[in-house]
Amino acid sequence: MLASALAGVVLSACGGSSSGPPQLTFFVAIQPGGTIEATAERCTQEAHGKYSIKPELLPNDASQAREQLVRRLGAKDSSIDIIGLDVILTSEFANAGWIAPWTGRQKVEASKNVFPSVLKTASFEGELYASPFNTNTQVLWYRKDLVPKPPETWDQMIKVAEELPEAGQIQVQAERYEGYTVWVNALIESAGTSILSGPEEVELEQRPTEEALEVIGRLAHSSAASPELPTSNEDSARLAFEAGKAAFMTNYTFAFASAKENAPEINENMGAAPFPRVNSNPAKPPLGGFNLAVSAYSGHQQQAFEAALCLSGEESELTAVELDGLPPSHENLYTNPVVGKAFPGFAGLVREEVEAAGPRPVTPAYQDVTSAIQRALHPPESIPAEGVEGKYDELKEDLEQAVKREGLL
Amino acid sequence: MSSRTKSERKLAWLLCAPAVIVMLAVTAYPILYAFVLSLQKLDLRFPEQTEFIGLANYGTVLSAELWWLDVWNTVVIMVISVAIELVLGMLIALVMHRAIFGRGAVRTVVLIPYGIITVVAAFAWQFAFASETGFVDNLPLIADEKNWFGGHISSLAVIIMAEIWKTTPFMALLLLAGLVTIPDELYEAARVDGASAWQRFVKITLPLMKPAILVAVLFRTLEASRVFDSIFIMTRGAQNTESVSILGFNQLINRLNLGLGSAISVLIFVGVVLIAFVFIKGFGVKVEEGRPGG
Repeated sequence: MLASALAGVVLSACGGSSSGPPQLTFFVAIQPGGTIEATAERCTQEAHGKYSIKPELLPNDASQAREQLVRRLGAKDSSIDIIGLDVILTSEFANAGWIAPWTGRQKVEASKNVFPSVLKTASFEGELYASPFNTNTQVLWYRKDLVPKPPETWDQMIKVAEELPEAGQIQVQAERYEGYTVWVNALIESAGTSILSGPEEVELEQRPTEEALEVIGRLAHSSAASPELPTSNEDSARLAFEAGKAAFMTNYTFAFASAKENAPEINENMGAAPFPRVNSNPAKPPLGGFNLAVSAYSGHQQQAFEAALCLSGEESELTAVELDGLPPSHENLYTNPVVGKAFPGFAGLVREEVEAAGPRPVTPAYQDVTSAIQRALHPPESIPAEGVEGKYDELKEDLEQAVKREGLL
Repeated sequence: MSSRTKSERKLAWLLCAPAVIVMLAVTAYPILYAFVLSLQKLDLRFPEQTEFIGLANYGTVLSAELWWLDVWNTVVIMVISVAIELVLGMLIALVMHRAIFGRGAVRTVVLIPYGIITVVAAFAWQFAFASETGFVDNLPLIADEKNWFGGHISSLAVIIMAEIWKTTPFMALLLLAGLVTIPDELYEAARVDGASAWQRFVKITLPLMKPAILVAVLFRTLEASRVFDSIFIMTRGAQNTESVSILGFNQLINRLNLGLGSAISVLIFVGVVLIAFVFIKGFGVKVEEGRPGG
């Protein structure tokens, strides 16, 4: 690593005189509104010739984007400089030595005004490994014309939905993919326990975990479940909501702008409410988003840190909220009119949800953990509506193996 | 051995050498390397914990319920798809053989599915059967809100259909090659003797085509035993539709567990060798001649 860093210094020193400023490659998931291209262009201009930034767009699907990154980083590929890192990947990448820690002035600048919950997702073993860019959280979207007052718990919601003559669906994300882990984790966190208590320790207190699993089982066996529950994702959920089939949907903030564009009459009656509780404990909504890290194999680390600061700075976050409806990770931006315009009437709710969010497990073996959760709990119908001890035991046993990275997954 | 034979043999080796070296580099080396990897505890995320652990990875794989579940899935997909492809392929081969006009056009059209990239074909099938946007649910006689990828049997059925659609042309082409070698006189003689069309098919076509059929079935079985693309695109292994190749991919690319993943790859390789061995020794297939050995 030292050798490659030194080689980088030598290379960039040579490069400066012969071939102009270095071009930094920015590997990041595509954003359909054009945030990535716009911020890369602005930060290139603001660098005044010190470097230029070239975006390399990865798939929107978290697992697919990760596959492309780990294949390159596992082979110590020096063609990556800046990485748009999904919040769940920080510990894995930091532990493997693929990303460089932030220090000094840059660390201070990267952490300034950032939600503490988000900052945790960018840290590993006390070090900051990435500069938070956008965050993301789910709220409960509901139809104001069908439901006068939004339900506060999952049980209430299922009951209300079952009694609705039409459009009684509850849309969630329960395909066998990362989104299912997001939902399961939010339910377990909301029930008052956590999946892990340390990188290699399973927590999963029995009673709260069973309460969380019962919510999945009850919905799966209810008339309020959509027929596509076992293959539902963020996109299928919003499509069903826009088609008027669902009264309720837990989904990210993009759903509002999407409905406004595709189904204005639904959008007019679209209300945002806090993520539902499981029991008497406060709800812990999901936390998503991207943090920007610098590759340990980059030949231009110093420029890359500077560029990542610009790309994740407040101005870039405002671009992201304006073009793609992505919530900022800086607390102070929530009073900004750009955010108010993107989240009309629910900017404050988004802010509260991000503050209260329950992050997914932090462990270098995250892929094993998330695979184990998905294998043990998918399809949702495999969880009974009552009496879930069997499922609880299965989940716990699988996770004990997964944190140790043993067995097949 | 005379000095002339000796020098000729030496020349032969020299002439073969480039091909042998290339073959060693692109096949023997990766296989050996995978085998070496499979003997180690090797996780790219924890490179400092690498150690030699002998055959422990094979023990982990072979004692896992998941491995046997996936072996079963793979065998089910393989047997059903190859069996249906054989019947359909035979019908198509007969049509192509007997086509009176537009023979070239018929053969080209039949081959189109085989020319389409598997991933693209898999997406087309996925979109067709998607529960919200696919057209299949709108067809008569099919439940309007059927979620095809929401159940084990229905997911497996779509995957098998996509495999059949995609590779039947290949089967048909191999069978057609066998069909054209049967002399017309045999059919004429049988007709004179009063054999029915079915009798002619069973007594002449099938026996004479046995070599071509065995080669076609062998090739397709080997290919189907490694089924990956269709499953990866349509379900990613959900609803218990995982094949052994998907399992290997998950350990290698998703978990970056090169030890376990390589062990699975080596086991798949052994499986492929076994299938080939059974066909060649058991049924006497001679791949290079396309007929049973004497």
